[in-house]
Amino acid sequence: MSTELWTYLLVGLSFALYLYIGYASRVRDTKGFYVAGRGVPPVANGAATAADWMSAASFISMAGLISAMGYDGAIYLMGWTGGYVLLALLLAPYLRKYRRFTVPDFIGDRYASNTARALAALATLFISLVYVAGQMRGVGIVFSRFLQVDIALGVLVGVLVVAFFAVLGGMKGVTWTQAVQYALLILAYLIPAFAIAFILTGMPIPQLALVVSDLPERLNQIQTELGFAEYTQPFQSKPMLDVLAVTAALMVGTAGLPHVIIRFYTTPDVRSARYSAFWALLFIALLYTTAPAVAMFARYNLISTLHGKSLNEVRQIEWVAKWEKTRLLAFVDKNGDGRITVAKGNAFMMEGGKPNFDKPDMSNPNEVFVDNDIIVLSTPEVARLAGFVIALVAAGGLAAALSTASGLLIAMASAVAHDLYYRIWNPRAPERLRLLVGRLAMIPALGAAAYLGINPPGFVAQVVAFAFGLAAAGLFPPILLGIFDRRMNKQGAIAGMLVGLTFTICLIALMRSPQLFGTSQPLLKDFFGISAEGIGIVGMVLNMATALIVSRLTPPPPEAIQHLVDAIRVPRGAGEALEE
Amino acid sequence: MNPQNPVRAYWRANLRLIRTLLLVWALVSYGLGILLAEPLSQVRVGTLPLSFWIAQQGSIYVFVLLIWLYAWRMDRLDREYDVHE
Repeated sequence: MSTELWTYLLVGLSFALYLYIGYASRVRDTKGFYVAGRGVPPVANGAATAADWMSAASFISMAGLISAMGYDGAIYLMGWTGGYVLLALLLAPYLRKYRRFTVPDFIGDRYASNTARALAALATLFISLVYVAGQMRGVGIVFSRFLQVDIALGVLVGVLVVAFFAVLGGMKGVTWTQAVQYALLILAYLIPAFAIAFILTGMPIPQLALVVSDLPERLNQIQTELGFAEYTQPFQSKPMLDVLAVTAALMVGTAGLPHVIIRFYTTPDVRSARYSAFWALLFIALLYTTAPAVAMFARYNLISTLHGKSLNEVRQIEWVAKWEKTRLLAFVDKNGDGRITVAKGNAFMMEGGKPNFDKPDMSNPNEVFVDNDIIVLSTPEVARLAGFVIALVAAGGLAAALSTASGLLIAMASAVAHDLYYRIWNPRAPERLRLLVGRLAMIPALGAAAYLGINPPGFVAQVVAFAFGLAAAGLFPPILLGIFDRRMNKQGAIAGMLVGLTFTICLIALMRSPQLFGTSQPLLKDFFGISAEGIGIVGMVLNMATALIVSRLTPPPPEAIQHLVDAIRVPRGAGEALEE
Repeated sequence: MNPQNPVRAYWRANLRLIRTLLLVWALVSYGLGILLAEPLSQVRVGTLPLSFWIAQQGSIYVFVLLIWLYAWRMDRLDREYDVHE
């Protein structure tokens, strides 16, 4: 059977399965729609959280990014896993005990303020919208690269599938599809990784192959010969201070992302919320400890396959020819010797973050352009695996993108329908109307996702810094202080959120001005050595400092609120019904 | 255990546990993985520099372990102070 047929078959089967699960878990009340009826066991919730969290970027792009950054790629590895420790120890158990539906629910009630609620709901909407654009783009890319389907059509199919199970099944449908999607995406990631580890090192387990083979040493040696720094040398792409800041910002941002937090609302009790954080990170770690191995193996393989070979010889290799056609790989013979030189620097002039293939960059000898995405997408071919595995990678990439997109849709729909409409606008809305509004709210969210997927604004990748920055500087502090500081009051929390959010938004806008406003140079290069990706941590510190100072200068919160804080600190009673 | 206010005592024990685990969390990731990255590059684990292994592998294993430890210790604490479900 041809690879293409396999791909249609596997993608088709997986989509049919998602539709079936969505239909089987259709819901009739808001509790089912927003928190899956709070009946999800820890292991299943862990798998769902892992799929919810691992996006198209984690699946397709992360290993490539690490491969290009070497040691410093650790900012993503530690940043995107370390946040779960904060989530598990500081937030998840208490938010689960609070027994509501959303993050703005907690912030709005804890501070008895609709201003705080609306701020939190708007931050949730904005963060999720930025994030979902990337997911739909991922869907389009997988469709177009593996099936030669038009990106717009691919995005449309993806949106319709998500629409079906998310609108019908709400959080319940999303949870169970995500659990299945996790199984698919991790298989699709691990099989090629094991194969390439075995071929290059003779040791099939990537995590062990890293430590026992001599490949790291060989890679370091080749890198030095070609004028790069050693692969395992720290702080080559970022200075230490920025590595610290970005890692911290990604950790705190991860813990503050609404679509991740609400996954912990679906467990039956506080204890299961704690254990599902463990399962979630264990499942995530399977991919996150494999990615750096794939990154290193693929880099070694790429350099040793290409460097010094003649162009004609290299183009005989099937995967080279295939990916050169898609422009994920490109060559330019700058010195006219008919051979490929791999060196430091860009092969082509970069324009708006993308290479211009007509303009070679003559300031350096490098003759190869490699798109980061190729590292994961080409491993099955490099490892000469059967068409079946290539199809599995396509289905896995789609699972990663769709699972994250559906989690984000729930977060957006709940911010609009539950927080803004029900809790602020119309608190007397009856249950049936609230469920209907929840379903209706998904339609504009789906429309926005589809639009951004088909017409991605050039700055999508650049504004992801916003999502983590805003979650770190805007949402994490008021939740944390709301649980751990009984004295924290409305005035402090709102002042803190305003300071944290304003600071972070302004600074990211200044540092990313070329992408956002089209200035030729960034208006601000960095903030005392901290880049846009890491600025959220400064925003978080400012938020907390402001909140603590203002709260001490204003009256303590009312008695009832202090009782609420005492109640969420104790696990007992999380399963009891709550008067909505 | 303080018989006057067991809930307060439970909370203090919880905070102690959180503090210890977060200390390990910070030491491993920021300390060994970043601040000491250069000196620890000289030490090897198998064929890899130790700091590289911690930054790209070991820290993640430690994070998983920390979350499990917290859940497991809290099970015991919940029962000890009789606040479990």
